[in-house]
Amino acid sequence: MAALANSFLSPESSRLKPGELSTGTTIMAVPFPGGVVLGADSRVSTGTYIANRTSDKIAQLSSKIFCCRSGSAADTQALTDYVRFYLQQWEVETGRNATVKVAAHLMRKICYQNKDNLSAGVIVGGWDEVDGGSVYNIPLGGTMIKMDCAIGGSGSTYIYGLTDALHKPNMTKAETVAMVKKSISHAMARDGSSGGIIRTCIVDESGVEREYIPGNQLPYGP
Amino acid sequence: MSEFTASETPESIAPPPAGFSFENVKRNAAISASGTTGAYTQAKAMKTGTTIVGTIFKGGVVLGADTRATGDTTVCDKNCEKIHYMAPNIYCCGAGTAADTEKTTELIASQLELLRMSTKTQSRIVTACTLLKRMLFRYQGHVSAALVLGGCDINGPHVYQIYPHGSTGKLPYTTMGSGSLAAMSVFESEWKEDMTEDEAKGLVERAITAGIFNDLGSGSNCDTCVIRMDGSIQMNRGALKENPVEPLRDAIKRSDRFNFPRGTTAVLSTEFVAHKTKGLSLDDVDVVTMDTN
Repeated sequence: MAALANSFLSPESSRLKPGELSTGTTIMAVPFPGGVVLGADSRVSTGTYIANRTSDKIAQLSSKIFCCRSGSAADTQALTDYVRFYLQQWEVETGRNATVKVAAHLMRKICYQNKDNLSAGVIVGGWDEVDGGSVYNIPLGGTMIKMDCAIGGSGSTYIYGLTDALHKPNMTKAETVAMVKKSISHAMARDGSSGGIIRTCIVDESGVEREYIPGNQLPYGP
Repeated sequence: MSEFTASETPESIAPPPAGFSFENVKRNAAISASGTTGAYTQAKAMKTGTTIVGTIFKGGVVLGADTRATGDTTVCDKNCEKIHYMAPNIYCCGAGTAADTEKTTELIASQLELLRMSTKTQSRIVTACTLLKRMLFRYQGHVSAALVLGGCDINGPHVYQIYPHGSTGKLPYTTMGSGSLAAMSVFESEWKEDMTEDEAKGLVERAITAGIFNDLGSGSNCDTCVIRMDGSIQMNRGALKENPVEPLRDAIKRSDRFNFPRGTTAVLSTEFVAHKTKGLSLDDVDVVTMDTN
């Protein structure tokens, strides 16, 4: 199994240790006026074997802040566990809800300080009273970029052009959701390490909606 | 230093060293560096090239495992136990290095018991899962334990898969080990929601059998363990014995010269001598009651 994992290298998984699980992934997050939409495929693989075909790569960090994980499954799970813990502590100490900015800065700090030992690319997104819906991309080196449309994971390379074409400012919630679902569908079709179902998470002032699209009902095509 | 040497302690009383031992790491590295040709070749750890599975059903969880342990290409143990105890309501199947799965589950089982003593509540499966993943992540994959954790708590029946690097997944059914592909093919074609206990047990037995017959690293018998929502446990060692050794042994005909009838060796005398107990007992010392004033 370990030998297989080494002979099957995508640019991202080449940083993985032998036998380590990779969420060879397509993830994205797009803010819209008043909220944010996060989306991810559901495939987790060890080399050529799919270890989990229905995983949830959208982790909850606080009540209205979520995070899309890509890279090593173990690293990103540990990372989100730490950020969730520190955010909860921060909220108790300050007596107010954490902002997406605080969550993203915390994530960036841990990613940057441990960059030699981590292979984790994450997208933090959510809603708060200060900034409304916002999205921060934190790729491998531990830099942090606030974005209007963030994509990540091995499958994202196939849809840079598509997301540039589909994204326009001030989209409605329905338009944003449709755009996220379509983009991920096309990435899953071309990227071997992405697949399964699409999980989405829609966050706005009124709350959180979690949905999924089964693998045989993907909005692929024109 | 010599006066501190505890040479008096009988070896049977000295406790085994706790936790993981890394004392041979430098020695092994030196042996590896000296090249694998010649007299010194690197020793291989005993691995449980394994098929382990777990699934939930209407009223609980069924875990399953084969019973083969291998060292390189040799079968080291034809009937080993791979379903380990974690808590009265939680069991855990282990694949990977046999010593690592054994010690890891032992260590976490102990932590869970201490936690139960202090909180006076039943252990939860998530707790076991979190303790396991934290430990495995800390060791960065060097503790090779791939686990299928299952059990019942107040939130219902649960099955988790845990990888050596510390990533986990919560699933309705899962397989691990070298035979996981064979076993998963059975689950993917036959698994359905809300099965009865008998259906689930049958499915687990068929999945393990697929591993036993189609994977070189797995073999011998099938063990199952049912953990029900009412708290009862049914550990079924040798639930299925598709590879009995008795017919093979019976098939060997030995010369009658080796069949010695009773009384061949003459008994010259019979005597019973009580064993002199090693170490001290209360009879050997003066007991002084403690001054508690």
